[in-house]
Amino acid sequence: MDKIKKFFSSNIREISLIIVMIAIAFFVEFRSGGNFFTGENISDMLTETAVLAICAVGMMTVMVTGGIDLSIGAVMALSAMVGGTVLKNNQSVPTIAIVLISIAVGIVCGFINGTLVSKLRILPIIATLGMMNIFRGITYLVSNGSWVMQQDMGANFLSLATGRVLGVNNLIVIALAVYIIAAFFMTQTRTGRKIYAVGNSEESARVSGIKTGRTLTMVYTILGAIAGLGGILYVCKYGVAQGETCTGYEMNVIAACVLGGVSVNGGTGRVGGVLLGAVLLGILNNAMPLIHVSSFWQEAIRGLIILLSIIANSLIQRNVEMKALRRRNI
Amino acid sequence: MAKNITKQVMQSDGTRIISAERGFSWKRFLLQWEWMLVLMLIIVNVFNISVSPNYANVKNILNATRDFLDKAIVVFPMAFVLMLGEIDISVASIMALSATIMGIAYQAGIPMAGAICIALATGTVCGLINGVILVKFPELSSMIVTLSTQIIYRGIAQIILETNSVGGFPSWFTQVAAGKIGGMVPYVLIFTIAEALFFAYLLHYTKFGRRCYAMGNSVTVAKFSGVKTNKIKIIVFTMAGLFSAVAAVYLASKMSSVRPDVAKGYELDIIAMAVLGGVSTSGGKGRILGTALAILVIGYLRYGLGLINASSQIIMIVVGALLIIAVAIPSFRESVGNANWFKKLKSMAAKSQGT
Repeated sequence: MDKIKKFFSSNIREISLIIVMIAIAFFVEFRSGGNFFTGENISDMLTETAVLAICAVGMMTVMVTGGIDLSIGAVMALSAMVGGTVLKNNQSVPTIAIVLISIAVGIVCGFINGTLVSKLRILPIIATLGMMNIFRGITYLVSNGSWVMQQDMGANFLSLATGRVLGVNNLIVIALAVYIIAAFFMTQTRTGRKIYAVGNSEESARVSGIKTGRTLTMVYTILGAIAGLGGILYVCKYGVAQGETCTGYEMNVIAACVLGGVSVNGGTGRVGGVLLGAVLLGILNNAMPLIHVSSFWQEAIRGLIILLSIIANSLIQRNVEMKALRRRNI
Repeated sequence: MAKNITKQVMQSDGTRIISAERGFSWKRFLLQWEWMLVLMLIIVNVFNISVSPNYANVKNILNATRDFLDKAIVVFPMAFVLMLGEIDISVASIMALSATIMGIAYQAGIPMAGAICIALATGTVCGLINGVILVKFPELSSMIVTLSTQIIYRGIAQIILETNSVGGFPSWFTQVAAGKIGGMVPYVLIFTIAEALFFAYLLHYTKFGRRCYAMGNSVTVAKFSGVKTNKIKIIVFTMAGLFSAVAAVYLASKMSSVRPDVAKGYELDIIAMAVLGGVSTSGGKGRILGTALAILVIGYLRYGLGLINASSQIIMIVVGALLIIAVAIPSFRESVGNANWFKKLKSMAAKSQGT
């Protein structure tokens, strides 16, 4: 019994998210007349969410250190544009090479961000705000203002987003792989634990012998790599790469992390929570058209639900802390 | 050695210096960030003059301000928000929402002056909501709260106007943006200067400003010293909302129409201007003079790049690079100062002087 209680109180955030999700899902199921819980719809929804979920786990590593990366949308656009341009010039390049090129571009971008933050000690929000402009500008320069269209990409590359492994869409498989690796990395490896240590207190992490600068550079580079992967998958899914790709995407990614319980002050955040946050956003995006919410209303409702769930979360958290305090007094 | 007793002195810009004497020092005076901005402003203007011979006349220089002062109106209250160590991402959405509500109020037959008042009230309420949520839930960071209200406010504007736009404002209203005193000085420039003076007074010469600095340095310390931190937080966020609405009115007058997607992405430009002006996003640092100079630097830089027909992507890259370089310089100086080789060099120099 005690174990159950302990499990409940230490996972309160995740459990409350799941409850919210189930509530929304059943509401939509009844309102749409049974269109939500169909295999096809669930598969569609998860495919739509996969890219966001992949990016969110990268953002989590940065936010755990107390940083933030506003340039993720621009990095996605730039790396996808580079990959797309290579493909446009030569469609016979294998898909895996295109993905690797995009990831490489992302790594370079992320490394620049990380260096600015760790070596020059610029506040992450400022450094990545500036780099966002620069990366976005370079994206336009690379593309020369032209778009990479579906026919430029070739069926071979596009099949990456439509193909299936054991009946599950490739994007979902990739996202799951990323999450398994991330969960292992963040909880089971020394490097992963160092990230949390830096986020809790950079000073004490440094004193206890962690190379904080190297850790900071690393998390931004990881995010860059993940943004590169996310960017090329995004372009593959929607079949067009252009200068405006993923404008404002950083806010979606940050919202997914925040919903998943990652604190912007650093030190807290779990891979599982982030996955739930991303899926919750995915459910919202998928559910509103299903119950015929006018597209003009969708944005406001989404914002309201994000705000309400953050507030509800902090109320629950307060309650839990209060109870813990009371227990201590007795 | 009474002379060497170190004293912590809080300067009028909130930076605390540890100095043996409080008096005037040329070194400190010349190392201020504002000189850097003045230098940048000179470079930008020399560049502008060199690319266009027509640039260098007073009328033109004054007229150019009309292009970038819509953002400038919000930069000063944003500087206050940043000074508290908070951030407000929702300002651009507040602009869109209050412009939208002004538009439909006018369409519904309310006279223009009344519609403007309604817009200002809308902005104030939006800012107030941000402030109240932050005060009620101090564990939520302002970035997250304003991130979600940003989505909500623009979402409401979209619900109201869908994809339509409202135009046909009375001619005196469109004259507000186009009008100039004596055919030279745009009204908006006068307004912004007055606003800058007001905020400079508020920040540097009132108890309120001092308390803002204190809160930015440490909320807990400020609270225990008797500062009503919640009240100040609400006031500052409400101010940001109100001035966003003012900027929205100006923007509507300049474009003579209102759309729900107006001012998209302005929040990041506004924050960039404040940061370039030396306001620290971690709070407790910054001056209105620097902010005003930064507005001019970025504004004229954009104008000049427009003169040489630079594409908007080049402008993006230049502004982004400027922001990073500007922030990197002080920390670069610091990191060189803390580097081991530099310390060794310094101590060697001191030794050789001593002998």
